[in-house]
Amino acid sequence: MKKASNAGRETPPQGKRLTAVRLLIAGAGALSLALGIAQGGYQDTLAKAVRICLECVGIG
Amino acid sequence: MDKKHNRPEFRRKCIQLVSALLYNANLPGFASGSIYKGASKGVCVPGLNCYSCPGAVGSCPLGALQNALSSLPRKLPLYIAGFFLLTGIVLGRVVCGFLCPFGLIQELLHKIPTPKIKKSAWTRRLSWLKYVILVVFVTALPIWYAFAKGLPVPAFCKYICPAGTLEGGFPLLALREEYRAAAGALFSWKTLLCVVILALCVFLYRAFCRFLCPLGAIYSLFSRLALLAVRVDKDLCDHCGACVRVCQMDVKRVGDHECIHCGQCAQICHKQAIYFGKERKPCIQAKQENSSR
Repeated sequence: MKKASNAGRETPPQGKRLTAVRLLIAGAGALSLALGIAQGGYQDTLAKAVRICLECVGIG
Repeated sequence: MDKKHNRPEFRRKCIQLVSALLYNANLPGFASGSIYKGASKGVCVPGLNCYSCPGAVGSCPLGALQNALSSLPRKLPLYIAGFFLLTGIVLGRVVCGFLCPFGLIQELLHKIPTPKIKKSAWTRRLSWLKYVILVVFVTALPIWYAFAKGLPVPAFCKYICPAGTLEGGFPLLALREEYRAAAGALFSWKTLLCVVILALCVFLYRAFCRFLCPLGAIYSLFSRLALLAVRVDKDLCDHCGACVRVCQMDVKRVGDHECIHCGQCAQICHKQAIYFGKERKPCIQAKQENSSR
């Protein structure tokens, strides 16, 4: 009969590697988002989204 | 599938519907034919939802990406890159299964009782087309137009996106006479494409998601890493293959890049080996330990 007590857990070395990669990507994402906001990315997105995108609706 | 097994599917449908309504909460826009101009429009929603939809209160991530790429080389697309990295690592294609309005529309169309086209080796091959669309229409063409002509051209939105036609084009042209007057060959092409895709979805489960959606292609890059993804407990799995057989997407295994993490396989697994998230919850482990005694 298979023991379920360790079921669902990734093996420790692989689990640690995956966690490290996840943290790295999340960190990079947070940094990129922060830098993007600082360089005006939010404003650019807003400026585009509050105008009707004629290309999107098939006119432009 | 009995009612007990259908409960998670019903919950998923509710989440899909609530997210679609939240993305398009600007209901007065549908009456006036104008789009929302509030501050939330600067924030991307995770699913495919055109920002020219009169109800849209957020930005479309694909539209935002193409416009950001059009600013090259003057400005790097860091804001949208950060959005994709964070959404991808947390949710991945869970967005497709739970948080995409266009995915919901396709699933509802597929419920129309007609003969259905089953997945095959051909549909699996066709599923790579969305990566071609991602590279050519979402990435290369906007960059080329930016460098060669200095013009921002969201090529995927302009030539392909059926969500833009359905959610933006049809309501705006129905409500505003000046847009009807301006509609030409491009609108005819987009209407034809939209109708063909929606008709195909009646016979082929999520045809747009499987073969054409570049947003799904982006999120699929995080399939092994996403925190909330569906996973298989290898200690419990007996490799019966029922999960892959019941899945209507072109998966080769649960949680691969074609998986939209809808969880329908978890309902059919007779070993209860399929779960969401990084680790199985203690209550599920305890239930299995009790049942194995």
